[in-house]
Amino acid sequence: MMNPGGIAFDHVTFAYAGAPVLDDVSFDLPEGEFCLLVGPTGAGKSTLLKTVNGLVPHFTGGTMAGRITVAGREVHGSTPADLADLVGYVGQDPLAGFVTDEVERELAYTAEQLGVAPAAMRKRVTEIVDLLGLADVRDRDLAALSSGQRQRVAIGAALVAGPAALILDEPTSALDPTAADEVLSTLHRLVHDLGVTVLLAEHRLERVAQYADSALLLVGGKVTAGSVGQILAASPIAPPVVELGRLAGWPGPPVTIREARRHAAPLREALAGRHPAPPAATFKPARRKSPASESGPPLLDARALTVDYPGGVRAVNGVDLVAARCERIALMGRNGSGKSSLLWALQGTGKRSGGMVAIGGDDPAARKPAERRTLAGLVPAEPADLLYAEKVAAECDGADRDGRVPVGTCAKILEDLVEGIDGGTHPRDLSEGQRLALALAVTLTAAPPLLLLDEPTRGLDYPGKAALASRLGKLAEAGHCVVVSTHDVEFCAEFASRVVILSDGEVVADGPARQIVAASPMFSPQVEKVLPGWLTVAEVAEALGGNGVDGVGTAGNGTGDGAGT
Amino acid sequence: MSGNRAAAVTLRTARRTAHPAAWWGWALLLATAAGRTANPWLLLLIVAVAGLVVTCCRGSEPWSGAYRVFLFIGLSAIAVRMAFYIVFGGSDGPTVLFSLPSATLPAWAAGFRLGGEVTAEGALAAAYDGLRLATLLVCVGAANALASPRRLLRSVPAALYEVSVAVVVALSVAPQLVAGVGRVRRARALRGNTSRSPANLMRTVVSPVLHDALDQSLALAAAMASRGYGRAAGIPAPARRATSACLLIGLMGLCAGAYVLLGAGTPAPIAWAVVACSAAVAAFGIAFASKRVPHTRYRPDRFGARDWAIVASGAAAVAGTVLSGIYEPAALWPATNPLSVPELPMWAAAGILLATAPALLAPSSRGGAP
Repeated sequence: MMNPGGIAFDHVTFAYAGAPVLDDVSFDLPEGEFCLLVGPTGAGKSTLLKTVNGLVPHFTGGTMAGRITVAGREVHGSTPADLADLVGYVGQDPLAGFVTDEVERELAYTAEQLGVAPAAMRKRVTEIVDLLGLADVRDRDLAALSSGQRQRVAIGAALVAGPAALILDEPTSALDPTAADEVLSTLHRLVHDLGVTVLLAEHRLERVAQYADSALLLVGGKVTAGSVGQILAASPIAPPVVELGRLAGWPGPPVTIREARRHAAPLREALAGRHPAPPAATFKPARRKSPASESGPPLLDARALTVDYPGGVRAVNGVDLVAARCERIALMGRNGSGKSSLLWALQGTGKRSGGMVAIGGDDPAARKPAERRTLAGLVPAEPADLLYAEKVAAECDGADRDGRVPVGTCAKILEDLVEGIDGGTHPRDLSEGQRLALALAVTLTAAPPLLLLDEPTRGLDYPGKAALASRLGKLAEAGHCVVVSTHDVEFCAEFASRVVILSDGEVVADGPARQIVAASPMFSPQVEKVLPGWLTVAEVAEALGGNGVDGVGTAGNGTGDGAGT
Repeated sequence: MSGNRAAAVTLRTARRTAHPAAWWGWALLLATAAGRTANPWLLLLIVAVAGLVVTCCRGSEPWSGAYRVFLFIGLSAIAVRMAFYIVFGGSDGPTVLFSLPSATLPAWAAGFRLGGEVTAEGALAAAYDGLRLATLLVCVGAANALASPRRLLRSVPAALYEVSVAVVVALSVAPQLVAGVGRVRRARALRGNTSRSPANLMRTVVSPVLHDALDQSLALAAAMASRGYGRAAGIPAPARRATSACLLIGLMGLCAGAYVLLGAGTPAPIAWAVVACSAAVAAFGIAFASKRVPHTRYRPDRFGARDWAIVASGAAAVAGTVLSGIYEPAALWPATNPLSVPELPMWAAAGILLATAPALLAPSSRGGAP
């Protein structure tokens, strides 16, 4: 029996050419359900979402079979525009989907298209503004909003027509934890207030799982439906709290921190007296006040670094950052706190307005670009910007030429980073993780001692992030100093030995990862919330394995030491 | 909270003052004034007036930087005009600056002269000419900086809605390209690539930028479609066809009118009659089509007294040049042979100065955005 109000898939199969992306998918979401779509990178989550409002196959081509109904209306045969009153769709990047330039106009756009009478339109826009908490910004330009506000505008704009279903594709992937929370709690309230059915895909399950009523797992074109706990327990992709539950054998397993805490007492007892093993513990024995006391000068020495933009915006305000080789630094902070500007200024390609930067004693900004990249390499937020060639092999050759290194250097680095990339593939056809690895390999071809990465985890699932963390860990062991700006607290917990938190262009906290994230509810990972003092599931597993206690003795080897400030 | 709301209300009234069509009208009138003279003082005055008004009145939107871009395009127009003069020659005079080896093409190739003597008089004439072109471009740049193309779209008749959206999307590609070029160039520096060979630039700058722009356009098109743009639901097919036909006839009528008016072969009364008829057809077609279009508008922009004043200040510049054309025509088109310092025509200068009025009438709402 079809549900009258919700979203129903009935034997839906979709293929571009060859292997189907969706293979005989059937599920039934009741009206007012908040459903989470889970799946590895490249499983076809976006494709599934877009079939609901007809963007697939109308915008993409491909062959489709089966029936999709939303609120009892058949989707087949209608264009996305015809379905605008039925399905609201919010894409990954809200800015790319904005048609107008002011908040109110953007909210009204769909209503204008539907021909809603002006008086009714004003009332609806006002309702949406209040519902989404946008009253303070309703007259602003979209360009002047914070990223969380933009995402809420995008959601509001999709809701103005009063759709029965709301589809969201990674709504929090570009947001810092606070803004993500803002957006998700708003969504949660909408489900209650409007009874709209929400289908949402997200990689950062740790943020979303607690809000969802049910989940769909999409692997290899097949969909399994069930409660959030059931699905995540069976999923190859699961947030740390679920992994912890699996490890400890908790029933459910719990998907929220609160549930997990209720089960945590025995595990806490079992862990009492044990300490997390390295590499995360490397800081404890080696806390030095002054970098000068180390064997050599620090690799990176930035003093009173300031970056101004035209229009009197000061993005970075007098930042001091000293770092040694082998350090793994996570740069955290809200959107717009100056993380990217700081990275670009450290690399030397971004302009700095004041202060000094020295990498191994050299100022990168005073060097030519070709020499600069042998001091510091930067992988930008959009790794594809570094890639020009049509084939991976050609890209590697180009990188060898750019860096004037022996032919085959870049290809070998790439092979070490990630195995099995076909040299004939187009870089844009690689998965997010592979593309990032290629950009990283291109950057590493110049062998820079300082490696900077700007938001590398966007679009990566948990295995992808774990692989990235271990690659970067190995690079740090090999003597690089790795600085990563990220919103991703779970990635930070896995990767970082030191955390620097920026706020409004200033450093507000700097120290060993364990101390800093434990002190901040916003930046602490799920495991730390359940088991204070522990950051990752892997640490806990290792400690429970019984061989984690000798960790302190090995701290000095290999993974090196950090400079406290 | 109430303070915020109050601030928002003042911001709204400030923002609503200048209609984008008023800015375009003002800028085009200023451009018309520029087109009616080759006096360098007047042209520089127009550039300065446009610059002043842009500085005082523009917002903080992405396109607000357009004025500077057009200023550079204008400068390059002067440079190109000069280069053409030096290579191909033009008006001549007695003061020879330097000589280039010259070649005269045979008569069947129009007898062009290449190279030869470069005279101060000819160079000055070319410079005046280039400056005039540059001033026109700067006026267009001012309009671009002052009027949001997206707001302009809201003021076109509903029947032209879909066409105008396509135009606006095409327009908005330009700033995206500028931003994209900046990003790609920075990424290029990260790879240590500073080669300036055209092939390399093509591959490492042009191709990624175009690729990005295409991706963005597709994303925007998908977003617009999912939000109901181009919606046909609920309108019967015959009505849709009738609407399109009316629109088409109206537009064709306008084109025919313009053609007849510009073509010299038609006697003036007939030309005007055709123009009047076709304008009527166009007005009817667009009005009829607009009734059928299922879109509505949220808080349409009104063309108020202030907007009329802005247009009037632009018209003052044109009126000034017309008056100068009557009383002091020589000053409008200064002679370059013999060389002399051109005079400043007073009427035209006064009119152009009046065109600075918008700086007082509609000061920037820039302070509102954080």
